[in-house]
Amino acid sequence: MSGTSVFVLGVRHHGPGSARAVRAELERIQPDAILIEGPPEADSLVSLAPDLEPPVALLAHVPGAPANAAFWPFAGFSPEWQAIMYGTSAGVPVRFCDLPAAHSLADRADDEVPDMRADPIGSLAAAAGYDDPERWWEDVVEHRGDTFSSPSHQAPWFEVIAEAMAAVREGYEPDEREARREAHMRKTLRATLKQGYGRIAVVCGAWHVPALAGPLPSATADSALLRGLPKVKAELTWVPWTYGRLASWSGYGAGITSPGWYHHLFTAPDRPVERWLGEAAAVLRDEGLAVSSAHVIESVRLAGSLATLRGRPLAGLSEVTEAARAVLCEGDDLAVELIQRRMVVGDRLGHVSDGTPMVPLQRDLREQQRRLRLKPEALDREIDLDLRKPLDLDRSHLLHRLRLLGVGWGTPGQARGKGTFRETWTLRWRPEHDLALIEHAALGTTVNTAAARRARDLAGAPAAALADLTSLVEQCLLADLPEALPEVLAALSAKAALDTDVTHLMAALPAMVRAHRYGDVRGTSAEGLAVIVRSMLDRICVGLPVAVTALDDEAAAGLLKHMDAVHVAVALLTEVPGGAVAAPRDRWLATLRGISDRPDLHGLIEGRLTRILLDSGELQDAGDRMSRAMSRGQTPARAAAWVEGFLAGGGLLLVHDPRLLALVDGWVTGLSGDQFTDVLPLLRRTFGSFAPPERRAIGERVRSAGRAEAEEEQDVDERRAAAAVATVRAILGKAGG
Amino acid sequence: MTVLRPHAEDQYAEELALLAKDDDRHRPPGWKLSPWAVTTYILGDGDRVTPKYVGARRIVEVAVATLATDRALLLLGVPGTAKTWLSEHLAAAISGDSTLLVQGTAGTAEEAIRYGWNYARLLAEGPSIEALTPSPVMRAMAEGRIARVEELTRMPSDVQDALITVLSEKTLPIPELNREVQAERGFNVIATANDRDRGVNELSSALRRRFNTVVLPVPATAEEELDIVARRVTQLGRALELPQTTTGLEEIRRVVTVFRELRMGVTEDGRTKVKSPSGTLSTAEAISVLTSGIALAAHFGDGVLRPSDVAAGIVGAVVQEPVSDRVVWREYLETVVRERSDWRDFYRACREIS
Repeated sequence: MSGTSVFVLGVRHHGPGSARAVRAELERIQPDAILIEGPPEADSLVSLAPDLEPPVALLAHVPGAPANAAFWPFAGFSPEWQAIMYGTSAGVPVRFCDLPAAHSLADRADDEVPDMRADPIGSLAAAAGYDDPERWWEDVVEHRGDTFSSPSHQAPWFEVIAEAMAAVREGYEPDEREARREAHMRKTLRATLKQGYGRIAVVCGAWHVPALAGPLPSATADSALLRGLPKVKAELTWVPWTYGRLASWSGYGAGITSPGWYHHLFTAPDRPVERWLGEAAAVLRDEGLAVSSAHVIESVRLAGSLATLRGRPLAGLSEVTEAARAVLCEGDDLAVELIQRRMVVGDRLGHVSDGTPMVPLQRDLREQQRRLRLKPEALDREIDLDLRKPLDLDRSHLLHRLRLLGVGWGTPGQARGKGTFRETWTLRWRPEHDLALIEHAALGTTVNTAAARRARDLAGAPAAALADLTSLVEQCLLADLPEALPEVLAALSAKAALDTDVTHLMAALPAMVRAHRYGDVRGTSAEGLAVIVRSMLDRICVGLPVAVTALDDEAAAGLLKHMDAVHVAVALLTEVPGGAVAAPRDRWLATLRGISDRPDLHGLIEGRLTRILLDSGELQDAGDRMSRAMSRGQTPARAAAWVEGFLAGGGLLLVHDPRLLALVDGWVTGLSGDQFTDVLPLLRRTFGSFAPPERRAIGERVRSAGRAEAEEEQDVDERRAAAAVATVRAILGKAGG
Repeated sequence: MTVLRPHAEDQYAEELALLAKDDDRHRPPGWKLSPWAVTTYILGDGDRVTPKYVGARRIVEVAVATLATDRALLLLGVPGTAKTWLSEHLAAAISGDSTLLVQGTAGTAEEAIRYGWNYARLLAEGPSIEALTPSPVMRAMAEGRIARVEELTRMPSDVQDALITVLSEKTLPIPELNREVQAERGFNVIATANDRDRGVNELSSALRRRFNTVVLPVPATAEEELDIVARRVTQLGRALELPQTTTGLEEIRRVVTVFRELRMGVTEDGRTKVKSPSGTLSTAEAISVLTSGIALAAHFGDGVLRPSDVAAGIVGAVVQEPVSDRVVWREYLETVVRERSDWRDFYRACREIS
């Protein structure tokens, strides 16, 4: 091994300090080959890296089994990314040396246990008396003042980390999986040495340093370890990543909560605290909060003195956050949250270049298109789906899922014919749909999982309104995404609880009831939906009595529409079996009943309530109520509104109940000339909405009002009616009785 | 000691002495203890120093660090979040003196912040330093101690603004004598203010910007709050010499739960959201609901605290604004309380009165 040297650079994944140190060290040692912890199948993808814009991730997936996939995310401040960048710019070959994804993915299939290896940083931090390993690392590595001024001093750091790791790993026996990974790293290292490279830099997690540094053990033992591993066919590609996703989900198992802060640490040339707080002030100013330079000065001072109080060499994220909270935000949590969202996490989105291989989402879609016999065509094509057929149902699910992902391949049209089991779609494939798929590659590897993830993300968005969420629930049902439904429903129920406008709830309820029924038609179960519908109805019942007070004509008409819609929807609700709680319909009617007796109602509403209750058989005294409403004590305008509400949607009642008709008749004829002119438009509107035969019938009744009432009854020809009666009885299920 | 309520520095003199003895860290000029020891004094060390404030460590750290930077400290929070308590102990630990206090009220005059005159001497001797009556703030400046201003937002705005010169120039001019008082090192101001009450005099931004703001939160966990409430209820019951009653922890827990759920807007199991009423629903109010419930049970009931004894108090605390709060309360009652099988009595008691 004379003349060759191997430099093992132990890093903290996604640590900006490590990234700087790696970059400086590589420039110092000038290696002729670089090995990086990562799947070796990605070697050929390295050449694409300079055209990418981090954050990006390496995605490994198994064609045909898209659910089996792994991600290796890289940000600009990842040491691995810096090593790749150095390699591609200096023309040095870059290789990945971890266990091939072909093995690790095959292994995952039967063993989902997370990597349980001891936390090396945690042990070191605990030894140094830190309760939080992150803070320890920040203090010792990322925040060494010299990282910002004199990078040349860093050389010994990698030796120190190697020594420390050797101490931590003393007596530690790696488990099988980890032993294999390290065996493969050594194997790659040996192979690289054999190819004649003399100065090799290995960039890997600090934990693995002792396994690679120093004289390598015999190759036979490693080969034995690696023999006979399960294997699948794995493919790799680059996908765009986001800082938000970096914070929550990381392939290196080093999930970081503050990518934006790390980005800042990595990119800020000097004085990171001052720059950060200055930037925070700018963010707050953008939102219209008055923040002066004096604020920034004081916050920098507070961050410094906090760091001193806590015995830290330099203010870290927690100190600058506290300083921003106490000075810049003046204790306002909302402003702190803004900084957290915009700066600490950040909203940076990565990009991949054109030459990047296809993502599994695209593959999965192509697979499904073949199976469902739907070809992507650039021309409009219309298809009719009968949801009772499994193939058509699957097609509908696919199209709905794609719509959730922002791929508007199919546009739903007005269904021809009746029934909830028909759908019409217009299909047209556009090139930008491919882009949308690539953009959503990080959401999942199949259309199904990606759509579910997207639905969850949408439900979690703080700006989602109640109406958005109800339509999202409908979309989830249409797209058959039961796995996303619980979260969407939870978000919906939370939103419903906080909405103070009862009309929003009333507007949302019918859609939910519809969705509930849809679920039945499509065979999707929507557990929890019934519970939410019931709680929404409860809230409506509590809120409605307050909402009906002090309404003008317009507001009353608006509320009336909602009340009608809810009434129709409530009729569709099935009774809860068991009867522990009141049936929804009873509860609703009881609420209406309670309201209907109030004296301060708008005429329109009171009329409508009376009608609803009368139709439901809840009222025995409808005549008295009408008489009260029509009596002299009421202004003609209110009485007319009452009549409108009462008679809205059908005058048949007047045809069949001479007493009510007489009341209306008596009221109209009793009006003075002026009063009549005043209420005429309202009456016209009411009566004009009736069907012509109804109007005629009413007119005839009024004309014949003076005659004997019994006469009408005798007009019925019982012989001729018998056939109709039999049919009606059959419909009602009482035939043969 | 025969006083009803000794000052913090007297009551905990032993702990302060203990900390001062072992404290070898750097002390800012004028401080009796190092910032680190002050933090330990407030939060306790789990051994001989008892915790004075139960809550997040970072709050105390920010407060102490603020005072060490010579910026004034503003403690904000809803009533009953131990603002005054914390300011008293901070002053006691830093200056060894928590008595330099200005109580902010609608009638607080500028003399309370600057200085007044002893009119007998003023008339007899003319303006002189002997005829001047220094305010607590002026004394704190001269002696390099911490001055406390309670309920800053209750003071009229012009009185508040008298603090601006003190805080930015660290001097207090006395034009009548053509001299000034310059603050000694160690001088600082801790102000407390209530950010939920209505009818307060909002701080001018000029003054606001001279303070670092620390918001004291309501207790973080139900257990923590339950602990505080149960302890205070027992103490108060003893102090008010209420007849002995059987106070089940169950009933206290229920009151605390109702207050917390309505305050946070979400049930304890985190599964149902509820609306929050307009009132503050602080821990202090929960304590007073329970104390009055105990008084009811003792004098008019059978000596056992029952749901009906606290129901009226709870409704009174929740429904501050007759229309909107009543809806909030009804909704909470129907969607949350009704669903809990072991809360039947309570549900019934609340239904009866609302």
